[in-house]
Amino acid sequence: MLGLLVLVIRRDLVLAMRRRADVLTTLIFFVMVVSLFPLGVGPEMSMLRKMAPGVLWVAALLSSMLSLGRLFSADYLDGTLEQMMLAPQSLSMLVLGKMAAHWMVSGLPLVLMAPVLGLQFDMSAQALGVLIIGLLLGTPVLSMIGAIGAALTLGLRGGGVLLSLLVLPLCIPVLIFGTGAVEAVSTGLSVTSHLSLLGAMLVFALVSTPWVTAQALRISME
Amino acid sequence: MLEVSNLACSRGDHRLFSGLSFALHPGQIMQVQGANGSGKTSLLRTLCGFLMPDEGAIAWRGESIRDLDEEYYAEMLYLGHLNAIKDELSGLENLRISAGLSGIELDEKEALTALRRMGLRGRERLPTKVLSQGQRRRVALARLLVSDASLWILDEPLTALDVGAVELIQGLVAEHLARQGMVIFTTHQPLQVAGVEMRNLSLS
Repeated sequence: MLGLLVLVIRRDLVLAMRRRADVLTTLIFFVMVVSLFPLGVGPEMSMLRKMAPGVLWVAALLSSMLSLGRLFSADYLDGTLEQMMLAPQSLSMLVLGKMAAHWMVSGLPLVLMAPVLGLQFDMSAQALGVLIIGLLLGTPVLSMIGAIGAALTLGLRGGGVLLSLLVLPLCIPVLIFGTGAVEAVSTGLSVTSHLSLLGAMLVFALVSTPWVTAQALRISME
Repeated sequence: MLEVSNLACSRGDHRLFSGLSFALHPGQIMQVQGANGSGKTSLLRTLCGFLMPDEGAIAWRGESIRDLDEEYYAEMLYLGHLNAIKDELSGLENLRISAGLSGIELDEKEALTALRRMGLRGRERLPTKVLSQGQRRRVALARLLVSDASLWILDEPLTALDVGAVELIQGLVAEHLARQGMVIFTTHQPLQVAGVEMRNLSLS
């Protein structure tokens, strides 16, 4: 069971390393979008500080959408997905492996990049810390919810737009509590409630989304 | 053994076949015949459990494949139109990963032996995107060598293969049948297996 998880994650990471352009696109998009705001809004510190969590979270949300389309479609087109469904092992486990690899490739780099970008918005060290913890808890949830949408829109023409329409509304809670945590720091309130809710969402997603995604894949393969 | 009873299948509103019944016993081979669009691939995909049949049942060793699920998949191997190999990975990596997915731990030596037997000596470590169509098919077919499945479901296994490779596949199929394996396949090219009676199933 665990062997399968490691196998799938390793496979997807090797593939990602061999097409590095895909990985970089997501990261560069994130950096660009976040950097455009201070340029567009102007250098007023108090306003930038106030906007920072929202801008960073929305940019993270959008850039994670960018790479979702590829999550299953490459495997679908070359027939690998068929073979995965015929594997005599749990499809949910396999899907969990793919989600984990997707997060490592498209979510984790954003988390690591966020503190640097936060400096552009004059965020305090404490706020940056909470932002990173929030992103660490929240971006895996985005990957997992996104995987459901990716599985449902598999093989559809123009699936990319439909995918965003399906997935973005479901990501709103993550956005609210993620930005809420950073705002709480700046206003001096406790952040634990926001972060524990994000943690709860992560646990719930870990338990439920692999199974739901596996069912969606079975439907898409018919 | 594989038993199909009263199977009916349709794509959209179009009924492909109905009332299809047959049984495949150990050591038997069956060729599915029919014109383009007659439902050969749909039949094979139904046997894999990708498609739900409209009517009828598919049983493996007496139990429905829906109920068996993973137990059935452990004993079958499907090779479709698509090669299921990754362009960015080498033949060696591809073979080891697909074996891993079907639950077989394959060390490098075993994988190399299989690829060399498929006539890919010297190309085992090249990314498969630089290989020709026929060579990529050979990488995909190398799975037949490392699998311990007893039921082979092969959809057009001979496309893009040269005469030598076709002979190789015939040899593999004969070995598999001698081990009491079962094969059901479609092809538009002749596939002869010495000493075994070829059963035919015509879809019209």
